[in-house]
Amino acid sequence: MDRQGNTYTFLYASVMVIMVAAVLAFVSQSLKDLQDKNVEVAKKIDILKSVNIESTAVDAKDKFNKYIGENSFILNINGEKTSGVAFDVDLAKEIKKEDSDRQYPVYECTLDGGAKKYVIPVRGKGLWGPIWGYVSLNEDKNTIFGATFDHAKETPGLGAEINKEAFQKPFVGKQLFDNSGKFMSVKVLKSTDTSANLHAVDAISGGTITSKGLEAMLEDCLSGYEKFLKN
Amino acid sequence: MSSEKEPLFSAKNLKLITTPLGAQNPITNQVLGICSALAVTAKLEPAIVMSISVMFVLVFSNLIISLIRNTIPSRIRIIVQLVIVAALVILVDQILKAFAYEVSKQLSVFVGLIITNCIIMGRLEAFALGNKPWASVLDGIGNAAGYGMILVIVAFFRELLGAGTLTLPGLGTLQIVPDFLYDLGYVNNGLMILPPMALVTVGIIIWVQRSRNKDLIES
Repeated sequence: MDRQGNTYTFLYASVMVIMVAAVLAFVSQSLKDLQDKNVEVAKKIDILKSVNIESTAVDAKDKFNKYIGENSFILNINGEKTSGVAFDVDLAKEIKKEDSDRQYPVYECTLDGGAKKYVIPVRGKGLWGPIWGYVSLNEDKNTIFGATFDHAKETPGLGAEINKEAFQKPFVGKQLFDNSGKFMSVKVLKSTDTSANLHAVDAISGGTITSKGLEAMLEDCLSGYEKFLKN
Repeated sequence: MSSEKEPLFSAKNLKLITTPLGAQNPITNQVLGICSALAVTAKLEPAIVMSISVMFVLVFSNLIISLIRNTIPSRIRIIVQLVIVAALVILVDQILKAFAYEVSKQLSVFVGLIITNCIIMGRLEAFALGNKPWASVLDGIGNAAGYGMILVIVAFFRELLGAGTLTLPGLGTLQIVPDFLYDLGYVNNGLMILPPMALVTVGIIIWVQRSRNKDLIES
């Protein structure tokens, strides 16, 4: 057959694409279980990190069972508990729904001293892809005890800084509600001294869109918990 | 096909491995693959993992392209190369996700960048399309090693001077600069962590190389 002819070229391309697709599909299927397990462990590490418990892939499961275990639940918009497993809620799907239709998972964590913390997962959009995180609240359901954020593909050195300690630390001690009980969320502000402001943290220079996205994510995901948090 | 069989590691074949390490280094001489050299060299561990991934992809794509080089219609050869490289990169990504999740999270952006790593397409076009499989494999090993070598050197200095630590796969972060130096007033150079310093470091390596090997200096 003529190697430079159209027929050969078309046949060649088709066969190649089908073969490559088959190989990739096979690999993806056979590694899926391992990958899902990794994602699950990473999620547990993140949740624990938001209450300042460091864990590794090895001990994350044990620590998660110890500090949180079965103490998690799903709320609806009215702050009432509904059925389901909080850990299995896929936030990526939930944030696309109307506020009133969403499931709102909460993890209740009991620390070594007996102090109770509430961990709330958040998810939103950065510049290039999804960003997500966990915000833990003190028993007053208002003051932030810890926060951890991560991203899929934000710009290294700029937006990607949201997963660094330097960005997450200032969230500690911030409050979601003002004195009159109005929901304020936590704003991410540019070039101002935010240490005295109870409802804002400093944004990342050069990471404006990621910072804005993070602010919108907190507002969007936390506002649905208002009824629960005010109880 | 030549009738007499060439030994596997003949002088000519060995040269395929050694020249990219020195005089024909893809980064310092051909200035290819600079983008990823900037991006993954803030720490040693991603640099090592990136080098290994690139070696895997380059060796196998060179091998596959070389094996099928006589069947590829020349009008779609770039597309064929891209499909094979992309497929191999996705394989690397999937395997990292399953067996080295932490590393894959750090490398997530860069693993995709392997596809567009100029070294890979460059070697496929320039070498694998016109040479036998074994020579192509050696060429892949040589070029990936030359690339990885520079990556590791750059990452070593950037992490050591920028953070005072070295991060090795499996060992975690090791503090290299002792505490008493910090007590004496030594400060990490935060600038080393930023991308521009990777360029400067590569520049210094090129300078050193050219001052030792005058043949590399363009007139």
